[in-house]
This record gives sequence, C-alpha cells and structure tokens, in this order.
Amino acid sequence: MRLTCPLCGPRDRREFYYYGSEDYLNRPGPDAGIDAWDDHLHLRDNPAGVTRDLWYHETGCAQWLRVTRNTVSHEILATELVAERKKGPAA
Amino acid sequence: MRYSGLKVITEGLFGNKGWKPAWRDPAPKAEYDAVIIGGGGHGLSTAYYLAKNHGLRNIAVLEKGYLGSGNIGRNTTIVRANYFLPGNSEFYSHSLKLWEGLEAELNYNVMHSQRGLINLFHSDGQRDAFARRGNMMINQGDDAVLLDREGVRELLPYLDFDNTRFPIYGGLLHPRGGSARHDAVAWGYARGADRLGVDLIQNCEVTGIDIENGVVKGVQTTRGAIRAKKVGMVAAGRSGLVAAMAGMRLPVESHILQAFVTEGLKPVIDHVISFGMGHFYISQSDKGGLVFGGDLDFYASYAARGNLPMVEHVMEAGMTLMPMIGRAKVLRSWGGIMDMTPDGSPIIDKTNIEGLYLDCGWNYGGFKAVPASGWCMAHLMATDTPHEVAKRFRLDRFRTGQILDEEGTGSQHNLH
Amino acid sequence: MRILGKGQVDRSRPVSFRFDGRSFQGYQGDTLASALMANGVRLMGRSFKYHRPRGVLTAGSEEPNALVEVVGATNQTPNVRATVQEIFEGLNAQSQNRFPSLAFDVLGVNDFLSPFLSAGFYYKTFMWPRAFWEKIYEPAIRRAAGLGRLSGKHDEGAYEKAYAFCDLLVIGAGPAGLAAALTAARAGAQVILAEEDRQLGGRLLADEAELDGAPAADWVASVEAELRSLPNVRILTRSAVTGAYDNGTFGALERVGLHLPARADLPRECFWRISAARAILCAGALERPLAFPMNDRPGIMLAGAVRAYLNRWGVVPGKRVTLFANNDGARATARQLMAAGIEVAAILDSRTDASAVEDCPVYLGARITDTSGRLGLSRISGTHVGGQFQILTDCLAMSGGWNPTVHLTCHMNGRPRWREDIAAFVPSDGAVPGLTTAGAVNGDYTTHACLAAGHAAAVAALEALGRSAPAVTLPRAEGTPYRHEPLWLVSGKGRAWLDFANDVTSKDVKLAAQEGFTSVEHMKRYTTQGMAPDQGKNSNVAALAVLADATGRGIPETGTTTFRPPYLPVSIAAMGAGGRAMGFAPQRFTTSDQASRDRHAPMIEAGLWYRPSYFPKPGEKTWREACDREVAMVRAAVGISDVSTLGKIDIQGRDAARFLDLVYTNTFSTLPVGKVRYGLMLREDGFVLDDGTTARLGEHHFLTTTTTAAAGLVMRHLDFIHQTHCADWDLRMISVTESWAQFAVAGPKARALLNAVLDQPVEGFPFMSCGTVSVGGVQARLFRISFSGEEGYEIAVPTRYGEALFRDLLAKAEVMGGGPYGMEALNVLRIEKGFITHAEIHGRTTAFDIGMEKMVSPKKDCIGKAMAARPGLTGDERQQLVGLKLSDAVAAFGGAHLFTPGATVDREGSEGYVTSVCWSVTLKATLAMGFLKNGRARHGDLIRIVDHLRGIDVLAEVCDPVFHDPAGEKLRA
Repeated sequence: MRLTCPLCGPRDRREFYYYGSEDYLNRPGPDAGIDAWDDHLHLRDNPAGVTRDLWYHETGCAQWLRVTRNTVSHEILATELVAERKKGPAA
Repeated sequence: MRYSGLKVITEGLFGNKGWKPAWRDPAPKAEYDAVIIGGGGHGLSTAYYLAKNHGLRNIAVLEKGYLGSGNIGRNTTIVRANYFLPGNSEFYSHSLKLWEGLEAELNYNVMHSQRGLINLFHSDGQRDAFARRGNMMINQGDDAVLLDREGVRELLPYLDFDNTRFPIYGGLLHPRGGSARHDAVAWGYARGADRLGVDLIQNCEVTGIDIENGVVKGVQTTRGAIRAKKVGMVAAGRSGLVAAMAGMRLPVESHILQAFVTEGLKPVIDHVISFGMGHFYISQSDKGGLVFGGDLDFYASYAARGNLPMVEHVMEAGMTLMPMIGRAKVLRSWGGIMDMTPDGSPIIDKTNIEGLYLDCGWNYGGFKAVPASGWCMAHLMATDTPHEVAKRFRLDRFRTGQILDEEGTGSQHNLH
Repeated sequence: MRILGKGQVDRSRPVSFRFDGRSFQGYQGDTLASALMANGVRLMGRSFKYHRPRGVLTAGSEEPNALVEVVGATNQTPNVRATVQEIFEGLNAQSQNRFPSLAFDVLGVNDFLSPFLSAGFYYKTFMWPRAFWEKIYEPAIRRAAGLGRLSGKHDEGAYEKAYAFCDLLVIGAGPAGLAAALTAARAGAQVILAEEDRQLGGRLLADEAELDGAPAADWVASVEAELRSLPNVRILTRSAVTGAYDNGTFGALERVGLHLPARADLPRECFWRISAARAILCAGALERPLAFPMNDRPGIMLAGAVRAYLNRWGVVPGKRVTLFANNDGARATARQLMAAGIEVAAILDSRTDASAVEDCPVYLGARITDTSGRLGLSRISGTHVGGQFQILTDCLAMSGGWNPTVHLTCHMNGRPRWREDIAAFVPSDGAVPGLTTAGAVNGDYTTHACLAAGHAAAVAALEALGRSAPAVTLPRAEGTPYRHEPLWLVSGKGRAWLDFANDVTSKDVKLAAQEGFTSVEHMKRYTTQGMAPDQGKNSNVAALAVLADATGRGIPETGTTTFRPPYLPVSIAAMGAGGRAMGFAPQRFTTSDQASRDRHAPMIEAGLWYRPSYFPKPGEKTWREACDREVAMVRAAVGISDVSTLGKIDIQGRDAARFLDLVYTNTFSTLPVGKVRYGLMLREDGFVLDDGTTARLGEHHFLTTTTTAAAGLVMRHLDFIHQTHCADWDLRMISVTESWAQFAVAGPKARALLNAVLDQPVEGFPFMSCGTVSVGGVQARLFRISFSGEEGYEIAVPTRYGEALFRDLLAKAEVMGGGPYGMEALNVLRIEKGFITHAEIHGRTTAFDIGMEKMVSPKKDCIGKAMAARPGLTGDERQQLVGLKLSDAVAAFGGAHLFTPGATVDREGSEGYVTSVCWSVTLKATLAMGFLKNGRARHGDLIRIVDHLRGIDVLAEVCDPVFHDPAGEKLRA
C-alpha cells in the first residue's frame, strides 16, 4: 500500500500513522455538550465505500494528511494537508 | 440425528449413506417472534440460546452469505478468559465455562483444547501489569500462574532466550486457555439451533429495518419482507452498515486483522503463545499448521484483506521470538473485518428503538466470546434486561465514561 | 529412466545427492524429482490422511505429493517440493510423514479405515468421555497429522528482503511474458521480469515447441540475451510473485541459495517488495488431473509434466506409458514419447469423436475404472466404446484440460469468470488495478496467441505509461485450437481423489453436499478440499464440478473459493528477514552507554532505549545491595543519572504559550522566563496522556519534556493539535530528544558537584529555575528539577559532549562520596517521594484518580477537559492513588489486589491494586503505590494486599503517596 504525501510524493504505507475518521477535525467547543463530543470522538459513519480519514506522515515530513479513500477497494482518491485548512479553534 | 463414535462406525460400514443434512434449508416465513441479523458465531449462538434457554421457537437467523462466513471462520481460534477489568472478567469467565461444556451441549466436536495460553512479558513493569491481570483472573475464579524466565523455558524451550530484542522475563500462564476448531463452532451452534426449530436462512441479505413510531416491525431482505417482534443486530464488522438502516451511528470503526497459517507440520508448538512486544500470537492446529497473527493493518477497511507491512511485521516478530519457525512456510493469509470500539470492549444492549437489540464491538476478540455473547444477547432479547455478566457492555458508556479500556490506549478505535 | 539426446541437463556435470539415506547421481540442472525418476524412484511421499504411497504428479511448485525434508548441516527444511528443489552436490533429502519407512508406513492402516474417516468424521466423535479429548484423542490426531518436521532449532540461515521499483512488472516468462517484456524493454521502460522457474521460457521448454521453424529454446535464448543486455531490464529467475497488494505493490520470493550448497555469503531466500506502475500477468495455466477410481498411485502423473520431464530433463518415469486425456493437446505427450523410443501402451481418450489415428492403440470413450500397484502403478483397467481394457503400464499420463493460473487476480478480492468453452475460470478484467493478463492465463492456449497477447498487453501498458511501442517482430508459432470435452469424474467402486495432498475424494465432496454443506466454502471447510499445501491448484475446479453435480447446479452458480496470498508457500524467515535477534526493533543508546557498561551496569530495555539497571560495586551480590547503596548515596551525597531518553520538544513562536495552555491542563502563559513548571497532559477523551516539565527559555521559546515511553506519542499529538486546530498560529515544534544529552544530578551535594564542573558557579537558582550555563566552554542548559525528592538539577549539553560530561561528573562525584545511579534506585527514589510514572498513568487514570484534578484550570479550555467531566471519570467509585506502607520487608507484589480486611477475596471484593513496590532503605519500610476505591478518604486504614500468584497476603497502612520529605524541604534546599 502506498500513499502520496502532498509534500513528499508517493511513499510506502510504513511511513504513515493512521488515526481515524475526519470527524476528529471537528473539535466541538468546550460547552458543546455530550452529544457533540460523542460524535467527535466515538460515533462513526464507518462507510463501506468512500471515506475521509486522517494520516500522519510520521517518518516523513510530520504533516497530518486528510486522505480520501475507498474502504472496500483501498483505492486512494486524494490526499491533502490538514494544516492548509487554516482553521483556528473556537476560542 | 445424534452423533457418536458408534454412529460414525455404523455409517461407515454402510457407505455413509445415512447421514442427514446438518441443518434444513428453509424458505423465510412471513413473520417471526425474533429475527437475528447475521449468521456468524454470535448470531447463531444467540439463536441457539433464545431457543434453548428461553423457549422461543419461532426464530430466524438471516445470513447474507453462508453460515459462518464472517470472522468465525477466519480467526486464530484462541479461547481464553484472561481479562482484568470488572465487566470483562466475569463475562469471559462465563464464556470459558460454556466452552468447557460445548461438545456435550451441542453434540458436536468443536475440538476445544485447553492447551494453556502463555502471555510473555519483557520488563518488570509488564510483569506487574500481568500480575494484576493474573490476580484478577484468580479473584474471578479462573486460573493463572506467574512464570519466571526459567518457568517459561521449561514449557517453551524453543524460544530465543539468548539473542532477542526483547528478552523474556517470564510469562503469565492461563492453563485453561487454548484453542478450538473455529468452523465447527459455527456449525455446531447452527445444527443445534436448527434442531430446536430455528430457521437458518442463507443468502438472505437484510436491506432495511422497518421501524414505526420507535418500534421495530421487521426487516426487508433480498428474499422479501419479514415481520418480526424483535430484531437482533449481530453483524460484527458490518454492524455499522446494519445499524445505519435503523438510523443509528455506532461507536465502531471497521478494521482489517490479518492472520496466517503455514503448511502442515508435525507437532512442535503445544501451547498458545502471545508475544505482546511484537503483537504476535501463535498456536498449532490439530491439522499441524501454525496459526498465527498480529495487529490490525490499522486503517479502516471492509476489504477483508491486508497489506504487506503488517504481514512482514508479524513474520519479523515470529523470527525474533522463536526463530525455529523460520522454515515453516506460510500457506495462506486472510483478513477479517473487526468492529473496533473506542475502548476495545463489546456492546450488548438495547437500542433506543423498541424491540431492536445490538450485539457488536468484539474488536479482535470475538471468537472466544461466542458462547457467552449468544447467551447474554439471548437473555437480553428474551427478558429485556441485561444479563448479569454483560451488564457493563452498555451502548451509552462512552457518554457516561463508564468505559472498559483493558489496553489503556484511549478512545481511538484501532488501538485496542 | 534417462533418455539419450533429450533434455537440457548438463551431462558433463554429474551431481551426487542422497534420498532417504541412499546415494544417487543426477546431473546439473536436475530437480530432485527428475533425478529420482531418472534413477527409477517413483515413491516419494505419503498422503496426509490415509498415508497412501505417492509419487510425483507435476513438474512445478503446485506439486501435492512429492514433498520432502531437506536436511542441512545445522537444520532441516520440511515440505520442500521435490519438483522445485534443484539438486546440488551433497543435497540430502528424506521423505516425511511416514514411520518407520516410506515403503512401510504403519499409519498406512488409515487407508483401510477410510470408510470411517470420511469428511468431517471428527466433528461427530471423540466427544466421550470428555477428558479423553485432550489426553488421548487429540494428541494421537496431532501426531498423525502434519507433514514435515521442524527441527525445533533456531533457523540460523541468512535471509534478505529487498525493494524494487519499475514501470512494468511482467509476471511469468513463457511466450506471453517474453513477448511483453521484450516489447516494453525496447520502449525503454523500466521492466522487471519475474519467473518462478530457474530458466526463462515456460511451456516453450517443456513442450519442445518450434518458433520460426527452429527450436523455441533458440528464440528464448535470443530474447533473454537482448533483455540482459538492456540496462532498463531486471530479470528475476527462481522468483515467484507471491501476492498482489494495494497501489501496485507485489510480493515476490526469490530462491537465492536453495539450489546451492549452503554458503555464508548467500541468503537462502530473498523476499521482494516490488512497486510497479503497471503489471502484466503471464502466469500461464496448470493442467488438471482426472478423477477416476484409484487415481493416486505413484506413476500416475499429469501429461504435461511427463512431457516436461522428457523434454527438459530427458527423463521418462516409466517403461510403458499410457495416456488418459480429454483433449487434443495431451496427445503430444504420447507422440513425443514414441518419437524418443518409449513404448506407449495406449491412448485413452475420454471423447468418442476424437481421432483414433496414432502410432499406438487409441481407445475412444475411455474411462479408467480401476488401477493397481501398491507402491507404484502396474496396471489399469476400464471401459471404452468397444468394450473393456486392461493394460499393464507403469506410468499413466493424464490430462483433464487446463486451468488458467488466475490466483494473483483474486488477491484483491477479484472473482474469476467462468468460460464455458474451455470449462475453466479466467481472470476478470480490472481485478487488480494496473494489472492486465495475457496468454494462457486468459485461456488462450496456443503459442501464437500467447505471443500476440503478450505483445498487445505490453503495448497497452506502454500507452498507459505515456510511451510509444517499438517495433517487435513476433516469431511464427503453432496455433492449434484447444479442443477438449470436460470430464470431471469417472465413477466406480474405488475412491477417486480430487485433492491428493489432503486426501479428499469425490465421495467426501458428495457427502458434504448430502449433509447440507452445499456452499462451496462449506464444502471446502468441511472436507478440507483445497486447504493442503497446493491450495487446491490441482483440484479446486474438479471438486467444484463434483459439488455442482451433487447439488444440481452449474459450476458458475456454485461459485469458487477465494485464492489468497501467497501464491505459493513462503517461509516465515523470508518474509520476516531482518527480524531475527536484535533486528526486530531499533536499538537506541544514550551517550553514557559505554561509560555505564564500563562499570558493568546491566543495561535494560526502556522502550527502544537501553538504560543502566544499577552500577554494581565489588562485593555486591544482588541488585538490591547496589540499589540500596545508590539510594542512600543520593539521599546523603550526590548521584548522577542519564535522563536523555525523556522526550524533549522545542516549541517556539508568538503563540507557543497559548498552545501550551491548550494542550496542558494547567497554564503556561503565566510562567516567567527562566522558570520551569510541571504539566499534566490529557488525551481528548479526558484520561491522562503524559506528564512532564516545561521550561520557558525565552518569551516565545519553551522546552517541553515527556516521559521516555510517550515521547513519540506526545510529539504526534502536539503536531495533530497544531495542524488540525490552530494551524494559523505562530508556532513551530520539533523533537530535540536526540540533540541533547541530559543528566540528573541529585542529592545534598548536587550543587557542589555542579560547581565543580561548571565554568561559573551556580548562583541563587531556586527550585524550578532554568537557565544557560557553561561547562568546559560548551554552552549548556541547567534545570533545577527533581525526580528524587532531593535538591536536584538536570544539565543538558549537545549530544556530542554527553559522554565526556557524564564521565567527568562521575569522576568528580566519586571524590565526594557520590556516583552514578541506575533505574532501580531511580524507581525507589521516586516511590519514596510519591512521583508517578506510566505504572500509574497507564492510560486508564484520570487527573482525579491521581489527585491532580485541581491542575485542570477552570479558567480555560484544554484538550481533554470536556470529556474529563463525564460522570464516570470522577467520584468515589473510582480508585484513587494512595501510598501503602508496611514495616516489614516483603517480596515485590506489584499487581497485587487490595481488599478491605474481612471482605471476600474475589472479583467483587477487589477494591484496587498495587502499581509500584519497593524496599525503602531510607525509611526502612516496604513502600508501595496503588489505586484504591475512594482511597484518599481512607488514609490511616489498614488494607489487605493479596497476591495469589506470588503467595503474598499481608496488611498495609493506607497513606499519602508522598513518604519522604512530604513538606518538600530537601527539594527546595
């Protein structure tokens, strides 16, 4: 399995650390309530098909990537840098 | 038809013409008292105990492929009760007791063999963590023995004690731990359930769950609509897809776990051995193949197949631990779809839809749980109250924080 | 029997080898199978279940019968295919799964019991009495089962792994593969041509084919010469592609040294990871055996294999050969044998409309209904359109047609497609992204079609790679269409084997269907059909046909089982190459490593690092003596410990302080420059992630430390928080763990020791200060922090000065009555002081549990704060950190459980557990830390400690975990 890092190019899967669904990107505010936090940390669409999840180029450029992939075919459709979203926290 | 050695001989004398089908192949009825979605180990045992313990007779198991086509038929067959958190401890203890009577219960030889499971440790800290576990196992009434390095050497002389990256300090022996023949467990429960009148319906995929005013009414399937008073979702790695039909989002992410078997070899490994530093575990089947596995591939997947990085990692772990297996050749690898929860423990609970029940989240430890999972799920579906030994397997525990995190790795689905 | 003038073995180079203790001679180029057959040996193995005598069936790695053990000087290799193993001088092989000898095998009795050993019989018996399963039945079954033996000795052989990258991977070097490789090579593409055999050519060699009117071997040689002359081509022979994986990754196993006497400079095998932009599968096809009564005797072989042994090795496995086939192509076997002067007793053609014109008797509509010959075939009998036949024959060549080698196309869950005209499965298009198939693997069985398809596939691949196709002139070749009529099973009285290796007969498959195991997967699992070393390569399709017949379905409706990697069995050592001994994980060494070893300190694993356990002095007999001395030394004088393994993260930027406020529960923006603060970090789920100190080196410059265990984890976590939640903040982070060597200097004489090494003495510098100092002209960092409870400092220098500083500190400390201390003493010191490690923050503890809930600042958000507020993470039901004190010396009981005295000792009675234990030489007591339900409210109570495993049952006093200097006077001295 190989992923294409936007900075480093196509690299072996061994260089990457998988974290989980892109749900982790949407950190609720501190007072958002348990439903929002449960969604953020625990509940998952877990689709059989196209999904977006987060990978860390741990032994490469130390960038977090958002990867669009298919969980059935393992086809990788897109990789992009998470940091490019330029999103600050609520507070 | 009752199975026995005598029956095997008499049938053999007459050309084996008298063997009857192990189960019927019924067409789905229009309505059942209870429908189980998923004809794997857990689904079949649920149906069996619903009929056996609770007297329900009008039950169907709906299986989209063939019976036992999921993880029950693709695992490393380890049976153990070596948990340390209250909630898990009593549940797996109960399951092991059911295993110990399973052949007699089902009149089917599932080849449950208590060969002894040894968890190796490689530091003083790990020893203490295993001691905590072993003491809990004894508190629970199960068995555990703390072995030092020489104690391990006596049982497993072929391990590399001298030149290995993580030297062996000792091991926790669970004498009642062992293995079983995985397919036979599915077939034994299927045959048992069938004999109690359960309809096992294969090639019947559930395509929808009918809910009216918060009450379940039945299911839609590729073989037509089926009405049901109670519906149990027991779909392991595909639980998320099934629950989505009921509008639910589960605390589950599906992952691949690969496993491996070698060509047949004369007996060389007696025990089940677990090497935590390498996420490697191995035993030898009665046929002679070394059956072993490692960790998840670590990315969400429904592919039921994996990739080389974890394959090689598993082999490397085997080589540092027991280089005597180097010349055994891997015959086949496969991947199962694991329903990973945020704390590594399962869910057996009601849902917020009346009559709809959930049994999932077995992570990669579902095989040994098959008897107790069915036992407890059946109890829940029949009585609407959780069974005593499964009462902590709540669906809402991630909201309340009453979690059961044996690994201590936190709410990341793939780390358990 | 060897035939003069035939074959490609080198007759000028005889080779001696042994089989079952007897010496034989073959020639360079022989396989063990060809050499044994040349010596008249037919019996080479015993079957798995019935222990039936077996001989060679095939000429390749799909061999189900002729599996042997190869015995080396130091070890032995089981389950080696005699059909693949090349002989070399001194090769020593022996048969397996027999006792006492191959010719007389006691377990051959199973064969007579076969009516009782039908499919799945073991699920129906061996259940009574219960205890007999593990004590009697199962051990007996295990001893009887299995094939070859592992020696139980470490495999000391050398193995390697390699990576390779290419534009085009061509799998298989028969006519299709060679045409494809040649086309792509001429276009300049980077080509890897992988061939399982030792030679290129595939069936061209085995079939004695002609190309352009000349022997095909000439064309093969010319193509090989051209390919080898091109720098963009790598040819891997003896290399089987074993698996197709995601994104153009393939695994391949190269037999590097297995065909040679063991050599220290040569690995036995090499496992390749090949990354290919495109791939063409030219894997050819495998011939199908025919299922007829008693079809498993030594001497009954595949017709194509008989042809291969004749043409490649000049060997005929019998004196009087008979052919039994359902297709035209197999006739070549008989014709070539006759041309070589071998007697062909008859051609038995199962078809009624086939040609009867040959130079030997031809029986049409033929069916073999029985065979005889206990250790080797001697006679066959059967029927044909004209009546019955009985033929004396010692070799039967059979052919049931061909199965394309579709396996790799199934590795990514592709399902093969049934082609009715050839009665076989062929690959589905697109089953493996980037891989196309060409030649016999698609059911195109003529040489002409294979050449053309290989070329066309390469042209298409080149187009996909953006390259134009070069001119390639393909040779003229035969194009006789494949004509056959399926024959799946000849019924009769005897058993007809499908899966030779696992002893699965047509009766087993029918019994499975009779018992309701009608799904193909059920049939496979119930009968073990296709689960043997050949993974059903020889038998799956025929078994499917029998099942289809038994269930009244067609073959395509019955479906097929899945082929999974590896294509052929791969040794664990090859795929695990590099993992042996220390290779399994990196080893990390501190700069003081050699100095510690010089002092005979046992070095122990700490994560990937090695740290000294203790520093023994002459006369000390146990670790405890050294540990007690080191603890006393630190408390009374000064000790030095290398703490470089702790993670160090350098954080800079205008938003650095703000960032630390987010990732820590407590506040760092208020920390003055030149000060250090302890921090607690939570996971987002509210449990403790890690703890450590952070120093403010400048207004916008912090240095955060982590525990050794969590260094990587915390770095990843901080990068995540930064990049996902505040990527727009002014912030830079990098791990500097390896950049600094850092030493703890602790004890009442710590400052005196420091002043002895520093260029300027330390002035003031109260507890929790940090600053820059100079040592030997080198700029160093000094932190006043303590993990021992004594006056403590940590001094950090750039890594290259670490060893010199460590040795200097030790030399000067020893003059003052101090010295180095190891992990054991460090652990005692921290327990005495009540400091926690990952024994306590083990991933299930909360800030509340460890008494640090007040460190979660109410004034700001932080990672983990929201979820830490869940009800399950606080409250009296939780087990809280406590100290446990016993006045007596007690053996270590880490992991013991805690019970209220008098309460039942069971799961429900357990109220907590012990995390850390030590003998405190300072307090002359056994001290422990642990977690106890509502423990903070129970200080002063007695608690019962039960360690079943170690036989310990004692009472201890519950107390505050800070045993030593609770007021912290020494710390701040």
